[in-house]
Amino acid sequence: MTLSDVKPGEKCKILCIDKTNIIRKRLIDMGLTTGTEIYVRKYAPFGDPIEITVRGYELSLRKFEASLIQVCLS
Amino acid sequence: MIKNIALAGNPNSGKTTLFNALTGSKQYVGNWPGVTVEKKIGTARVGNKTVNIVDLPGIYSLATYSMEELVAREYLESDEPDLILNIVDATNIERNLFFTLQLIESGKPVVIALNMIDAVESSGGSIDTALMSELLGVPVYPVSASKNKGIDALLEAITNDKNPDISTVNFYSKNVLSAIESIETVLSIDKSPRLHAINYIEDGEKKLEGHEISKQTAGMLEDMVQKLTKSVGMDRDMIISDEKYKFITGVVDKCVTKNNMYHKTTMTEKIDRVVTNRILAIPIFLGVVLIMFSVAFGSFGSFIKGHFEFLINDVIIEGIANFLTSIHVSDWAYSLVVDGILGGVGSVLSFLPEIAILFLLLSILEDSGYMARAAFITDRMLRKFGLSGRSFIPMIIGFGCTVPALMATRTLENEKDRRLTMIITPFMSCGARLPVYALFTAAFFVQNQSLVIFSIYILGIVIAILSGLILKRFVTGDTVSGFLMELPEYRFPTLKNLWRHTWERIKGFIVKAGTILVAASIVIWFLQSFNLNLKMVSDSSESIFGNIGKLIAPVFIPLGFGEWKVAVSLLTGFVAKEAVVGTLSILYGAGEAAASGAVDITAALSQVFTPLSAYSFMTFTLLYMPCVAAFATMRREMNSWKWTLIAVCYQTAVAWIVSFLVYQIGGLMVKGIITADMIIAALAVLIVVLSLIAYFKPSKRKKNKCASCGACCNSCDRK
Repeated sequence: MTLSDVKPGEKCKILCIDKTNIIRKRLIDMGLTTGTEIYVRKYAPFGDPIEITVRGYELSLRKFEASLIQVCLS
Repeated sequence: MIKNIALAGNPNSGKTTLFNALTGSKQYVGNWPGVTVEKKIGTARVGNKTVNIVDLPGIYSLATYSMEELVAREYLESDEPDLILNIVDATNIERNLFFTLQLIESGKPVVIALNMIDAVESSGGSIDTALMSELLGVPVYPVSASKNKGIDALLEAITNDKNPDISTVNFYSKNVLSAIESIETVLSIDKSPRLHAINYIEDGEKKLEGHEISKQTAGMLEDMVQKLTKSVGMDRDMIISDEKYKFITGVVDKCVTKNNMYHKTTMTEKIDRVVTNRILAIPIFLGVVLIMFSVAFGSFGSFIKGHFEFLINDVIIEGIANFLTSIHVSDWAYSLVVDGILGGVGSVLSFLPEIAILFLLLSILEDSGYMARAAFITDRMLRKFGLSGRSFIPMIIGFGCTVPALMATRTLENEKDRRLTMIITPFMSCGARLPVYALFTAAFFVQNQSLVIFSIYILGIVIAILSGLILKRFVTGDTVSGFLMELPEYRFPTLKNLWRHTWERIKGFIVKAGTILVAASIVIWFLQSFNLNLKMVSDSSESIFGNIGKLIAPVFIPLGFGEWKVAVSLLTGFVAKEAVVGTLSILYGAGEAAASGAVDITAALSQVFTPLSAYSFMTFTLLYMPCVAAFATMRREMNSWKWTLIAVCYQTAVAWIVSFLVYQIGGLMVKGIITADMIIAALAVLIVVLSLIAYFKPSKRKKNKCASCGACCNSCDRK
């Protein structure tokens, strides 16, 4: 599953990030590396973007970006 | 000796606040990531020593994405800074330290200012700075930039003549380090070998700019990287960052006691539960905007404005006019001062209270951290119109002034998104256009003044959105850009900061009134008092202005205001939009009127305008090309004459068309040929058609489910 499938209130761990998209590097720099735990805090009013807690801070990203991140629930 | 200090750190970590504290300067600070978009230089003085401090835009990483980030990186990588003062947000220490490690790795001396330490302490946590300094190999100074704590010790340290040591701490685990070292040996590059080796692991050959390697060496290096990725079980471009984060986790575990970091977080969480709630978010957002305008232009604003106007018209202008009469100055001098300067500038200045209130409210929004939430809430909507949630911040700033709004577009990572945002930002009605609405609504819509002004603002927003829809095909295409944004903690705006922000903007307005508008008023007075033979005329329609005005006035006849004086006022609006009011006042003799107390300008205007043409005129003022300052900024930010000209031509064309529609359709309504019902019906049909088109338009974007992952990502297969 990808991060975009994770429901608000659920926690997951990162498995990998799509290699073809240039956003990958940025996600890695922001601390989204393999094994990092992510808490999906909420979805925006129209269901997109989503807000996550990662490494102790709040980050918002679009569903499209979230769909590039493979995760497993933890 | 240290001369130049670069102030670097993550966005919204408080660099500018620290910069202000160190240099005593008054740079702009806000609570959203990306307030500083250009580097700013100030000097700090301790005893008789001075150092230059350069405030840089915040960046998350030395690998850069947007323009403002490039500004920061280029400066950091140049030879200019002797020392990097790295500001670290103590409340968000993990992510902040990532950049710190990159800075340390770049081989420059680094000093850490651990900011917002007070917030950590007040929530019962603590940070062992001595241990942190030891683990990172660089000096660490706890500070609170906003409360001015720890600044002296930091200043003392950075102005010290002694060159600080360069940290030699290793962040990497054993097998990664040995891989880095062997790659260093194979590459054998003299200048910063470590950095090159790391770049090679992350990105391969392409990062070795200028360093040729033979095929054989390349093969050897690839083998090494292969071995490393196998042993770590991660892709090559993730290893280095992951190792850094692992090291940071170690540092944080040892140094930070998070007794209860939740205290502060809970406040943010609680507010967010309401403010970004799925159902409540949009009503709250609309409510905030509505309250803002009703306070500024409603009874409160007009109450203050009434008193202020009295002060300007009846006390100052009349006083000066009486004084001039009493000392028997000649007619032309009286006319220049009273009709020209006082009439022009006074009518603009009398709108200061409303503008000041709007500026104050905008500052509260900016400092609190709500701006980032607004971007979060509106992203989905704005994306439909070819914009991004990030476009929202420039658009809101545009209500204050278009110039900083255009600068704020730098936070948009995608160049095309940025261009589109710049084209439509001027449709957000800036503070300078407000005097025009205030004048006309006071003359024609006394009953519904704030409602009519609000409708103009809404019209601007609607036109901006529609423009997004129309232009996105030509400007942005179908590219998908990212929306990675940090949502900062809410902070209570400090009075000091609010005052500083509001005052900066008011000052800008007053300075403009005192310089450009005085000059423009004199020029306008001259052009309307003299003819081409430089003879003073009694009938201004024979003046230079009269001739120019008559030439262009026909263009505006279909819009309902074909009078030459009005046409000329729009021309002067290019200098500054407030000048429209100034010109009208001069041409319709407001200075004289205020002094004599007989007729006022509203009476003169009601001779020329009907409520409908007044609305049409306000529409035109809202939409036509922005003032020369905004034009110059747009040219600089777009870095293209072509796009700048396209933008202003588009804006002026839109202004003409929309005003035309307002005046003509409105005219038919007045005559009863079209009724309000018909318009509502037409709008309904339009909405249905548009949504059908939107619904059936084949979506070009494929559902991306990390399709390439199985092939690309070995860690997936394993787990």
